[in-house]
Amino acid sequence: MKLGVPSQKVIIIPCSGIGKAFGSISRDATYEVTENLRKETTQTLCLALLVSGDEESLRLVRDNKVITVDGCPLQCAEKNVKLAGGDLASSLRVVDAYKENRHLKPRGVTFLDHDGQQMALALAGKIADKVDDLLREQ
Amino acid sequence: MTETPEKKVGIISCSGEECVEGTISRVAARLVLGKLRPNDTVTICLPLFLAGGREEREFARDYPTITVDGCDKICAKVATERHSGKPASSIVVTDLIKGWQCPKLSSRRKLNNETLTVTRKVADKIAEEVDEVLRHWV
Repeated sequence: MKLGVPSQKVIIIPCSGIGKAFGSISRDATYEVTENLRKETTQTLCLALLVSGDEESLRLVRDNKVITVDGCPLQCAEKNVKLAGGDLASSLRVVDAYKENRHLKPRGVTFLDHDGQQMALALAGKIADKVDDLLREQ
Repeated sequence: MTETPEKKVGIISCSGEECVEGTISRVAARLVLGKLRPNDTVTICLPLFLAGGREEREFARDYPTITVDGCDKICAKVATERHSGKPASSIVVTDLIKGWQCPKLSSRRKLNNETLTVTRKVADKIAEEVDEVLRHWV
């Protein structure tokens, strides 16, 4: 993990679910933002590491704006960032991307199929917009 | 989590969004759950487990588990020990592949063919551990 993250970074945390396609979509959308769309202004971190109480992860979510991306209604990412005292700026849900893209029927879990990848890209666009809004506010 | 009649082994993979070994952990776990030992294994979503998911913790207390961690922070193993008990077996991908003739691993988002081969070997190792646990089931 990178040390000394500038204060302008936005932390994007996907839910980490591995049992359903929506968890994989949340992760892939996060990668699309942090590796392509907003590479310079965002980063991700392991949700499990944060929840384990890792001090550097706690510092990151407390010192930077955080966007969570949850795959299921249990909303583990959002809940855990709140529990960690993180600066939660926005919570996104894969199900909302699904409602806006009902023609897509993602099925692959281990590896996203075409529809899953398309949904991840759509969601990534929304995350990137949120990032821009947050950075403008700062 | 699925229902758990008779003998089942819980596979608890780290979420590992930050590194390719985390992706290897998740994909290897999925290969075991979906292809190699589908009738003998279930998975537990680690962030939910950490966040206090009662069913998840009870399962991990009452059934044998195998933790699969991507890095030496071993979030899955630590969480399982803390909340439910000692796992029957623990695999750390970075340790496991140290002794293998590995190619340069691919990006964390999309595994290339060489990294997929490594991932399948990790999945085989998990499946061996599942068999071992089932052999010694009392």
